[in-house]
Amino acid sequence: MAIPILKQGDVLIASLQADPTDNDLIQLRDELAERIGRLRSIGVVIDVSALDVLDSFATRTLRGIAQTTRLRGADTVIVGVQPEVAFSMVQLGLTLDGIATALDLEEGCARLRQRVDDEASRGS
Amino acid sequence: MAADATHVAIAHDSDIVEARRKGRELAQRIGFAGSELTIIATAISEIARNIVVYADRGEISLSEADNGGRRGIVVVARDEGPGIPDIERAMRDGYSTGNSLGLGLPGARRLMDDFEIMSTVGQGTIVTMRKWKR
Repeated sequence: MAIPILKQGDVLIASLQADPTDNDLIQLRDELAERIGRLRSIGVVIDVSALDVLDSFATRTLRGIAQTTRLRGADTVIVGVQPEVAFSMVQLGLTLDGIATALDLEEGCARLRQRVDDEASRGS
Repeated sequence: MAADATHVAIAHDSDIVEARRKGRELAQRIGFAGSELTIIATAISEIARNIVVYADRGEISLSEADNGGRRGIVVVARDEGPGIPDIERAMRDGYSTGNSLGLGLPGARRLMDDFEIMSTVGQGTIVTMRKWKR
């Protein structure tokens, strides 16, 4: 089950469906890294609101995606971590340190936009 | 006590998904709710992945536990893999030989109420964990 990636302007949006396998997540990472180059995207939003579990593998892969996209010149925001998932992650000892998060898709896109604007104004 | 156990064969990453889905279903039937369901499913995910990564194949058994009227879920993960030479070290946060965060076993222990691990090098590993209803 491939994870669909939508292009909206210069941002890529990946909405994870319930219960992705480890392979789905690895495929998503590779696909995003490729598309950022091809579509010259400046940001990635990954929506995890449909997930009822974020275990250590999924968290590590999300972190890997954020780092990979950063190296490809795009920022990643993870959106929609459910409250019970957040609670469980904390107990498990998992964090998304250093990775931007937002409540939902809308706020995630706004945050990316803000970051790009900030960089543009610094650069001018 | 372990009547009507549900067994899930574990060999591929898709089996991990199946094990935690079955675990969540059973936990729901037992009466767990909300974040407890997520916690149980996450713990199952961690020990099922341990089987895939270290032992190639094994089995997860899920059943209802009853401790003098207190209901709970018992999850048993069995494999005939290489076994764990140093359990104490494997239970330490951040220790991993399998290219992971090293949170699998210690993380699962934190998520559940009871956690026992028996392992014999060359024969395999059995992890038994329980979560009791509040």
